[in-house]
Amino acid sequence: MTEQRTPLWEVFIRSRNGLAHKHAGSVHAADAEMALQAARDVYTRRGEGLSLWVVPSDAITASDPADKGMLFEPTSSKIYRHPTFYKVPDDVGHM
Amino acid sequence: MYTQALNTSGSASRLEVRSDEDPERMARFQARIDAEDRIEANDWMPEAYRRTLIRQISQHAHSEIVGQLPEGRWLTRAPSLRRKAALLAKVQDECGHGLYLYAAAETLGISREDLTEQLLSGRAKYSSIFNYPALTWADIGAIGWLVDGAAIMNQIPLCRCSYGPYARAMVRVCKEESFHQRQGYEIMLTLCRGTPEQKAMAQDALNRWWWPAMMMFGPPDSQSQHSDTSMAWKIKRFTNDELRQRFVDAMVPQARILGIEVPDLDLAWDEATQHFSFGVIDWEEFRQVLAGNGPCNRERLTDRNEAHADGAWVREAALAHAEKRRARKIAA
Amino acid sequence: MTTTSIKVIETPLVLFTLRRADDAVILGHRLSEWCGHAPTMEEDMALANMGLDLLGQARSLYSYAAETEDGGHDEDDLAYLRDAPQFQNLLLLEQPNGDFAVTIVRQFLYAAYVDPWWRAMMASTDPTLAAIAAKAEKETAYHLRHAAEWLIRLGDGTAESHRRAQEALDQLWPYVGEMFEPGDEAGLVAAGIAADPAALRPAFDATVASVLDQATLRPPASAWAQRGGRQGRHSEHLGFLLAEMQHLQRSHPGAMW
Repeated sequence: MTEQRTPLWEVFIRSRNGLAHKHAGSVHAADAEMALQAARDVYTRRGEGLSLWVVPSDAITASDPADKGMLFEPTSSKIYRHPTFYKVPDDVGHM
Repeated sequence: MYTQALNTSGSASRLEVRSDEDPERMARFQARIDAEDRIEANDWMPEAYRRTLIRQISQHAHSEIVGQLPEGRWLTRAPSLRRKAALLAKVQDECGHGLYLYAAAETLGISREDLTEQLLSGRAKYSSIFNYPALTWADIGAIGWLVDGAAIMNQIPLCRCSYGPYARAMVRVCKEESFHQRQGYEIMLTLCRGTPEQKAMAQDALNRWWWPAMMMFGPPDSQSQHSDTSMAWKIKRFTNDELRQRFVDAMVPQARILGIEVPDLDLAWDEATQHFSFGVIDWEEFRQVLAGNGPCNRERLTDRNEAHADGAWVREAALAHAEKRRARKIAA
Repeated sequence: MTTTSIKVIETPLVLFTLRRADDAVILGHRLSEWCGHAPTMEEDMALANMGLDLLGQARSLYSYAAETEDGGHDEDDLAYLRDAPQFQNLLLLEQPNGDFAVTIVRQFLYAAYVDPWWRAMMASTDPTLAAIAAKAEKETAYHLRHAAEWLIRLGDGTAESHRRAQEALDQLWPYVGEMFEPGDEAGLVAAGIAADPAALRPAFDATVASVLDQATLRPPASAWAQRGGRQGRHSEHLGFLLAEMQHLQRSHPGAMW
């Protein structure tokens, strides 16, 4: 008999107050509470975190790498969205 | 802890680039690799790249999991509370590393359950070093110093592996492993500065672990057929012999500080190459251990199989309970 | 031939501290036996974490006992050079790991007792013990949560897991009573150094009732308590555990490790 699969969860950790949660890795667990405990036991053993999120891996919708051109390349020509596009005399100071 | 010994040995690891891959896509893929771009889970990749990675990452993960066993034997006999805690933290790390690595392999489209099954059935390989017995407390020192020392030589370059999820897992692994070798060396140092019996224990452990550790880097480059593709794909960045030489050059001075002898009569400093030259490795022993005939192959696999079977009812219970909760939530 | 065993001058405070150190080292040792063999990799990590918490508690407590005794001993002398009759841990904690249900029930029962106990100890008039308690309480609070969640899943999982959980509970329940006996520590309780375990029984009963209810497990009927751990009269298991744990220290007297 092949073993029933235990769901996969993605783990996100807030390492310091004020920072966003960042992806740290994955754990397997049957339910959310056990996933949270597993995330704590696996990924926060060296004081890495102050807050944890666990998200079922299959709840994540990812963009298709094949769409990379269509999704992300058009922005590269919009240089007027960046402050360095605009000329301001030096004596104006920081702006 | 792991080295690339397995990647290049035996027919099971034969790496064949399929001829039916679209050459244009292959060229684009290679260009990305050459530009030091990282390949991510959903990116297009040649089937052979995927298969090579699944095999290498899972062998690495299996090695971590089986690697818990020889050292784990000494958790209950560690000679001080400080040593007991450090060893438990270390062996726990090995489990964590196995876990990170299985997760990296899973991004390539294989489940942990399938990977586990490959290990338990004996189809998958793991590092041959763990088929040697840990006989005295000094072996815990020797394993940390030599085996983790050999592993780190291989693992640091893997932090720059072309496959993103593997490289990221290795960054975490290497960060955590930085205390492992020091832990082992400190044990050796304490024994070597202790009683004559303790020093003899340390020498005996070095005698038994030196050559198996040398074998961890795999067959000589002259005999390893498939590392070219792995190098081209930047899954591997140094050859077996390069890493082995680095290992010897690093370890010999450390052994001298301990005041114990590396068990190799041919070991000598070579002024011309500025490296240590060393004796001939018994590759027949390596092949035999890899083929299942090492001193502890059967014990290690039996141990893992029993633990897995004993835990089946627990994993089933957790899933059954989760299902009940879901049903109750829907009913409510 | 002399023995490698040490003799400890057991003042009430030394003995009190040693007993809790013995609790922590014995249970930590048992948990370390799981390493590499747990039902899942995630649980392998969790059991090792709890084991490490307990070993840390043991070290703090043995060090304090050694300091209080002032007999030239250190934490390792106290852990490795006392014989089984000198160990005064709770009988519950030396019980073998058994299957995962036994391990979880053992952890749950101990944590349900000791977490409120450490919380009460945070108010100890002995500042060292109060400081150890403040650290230990956070650790045992998580042990309680982890073990309780598992017990609920085992009890209310499959028919087999329910049977195993109930058997484990029935098997270990006789060791509950010992945790709440004041024994010979009434003087320390009166001095505000020690927490009164008897006062913690209602909280323990409430925790157990709530978790067993969620786990669909039947509370054991028998109130019979096995006792003796706090007087050094143990089950047969402790001798084997210590023989293994202490063997290197015993066979190389005086060596440093």
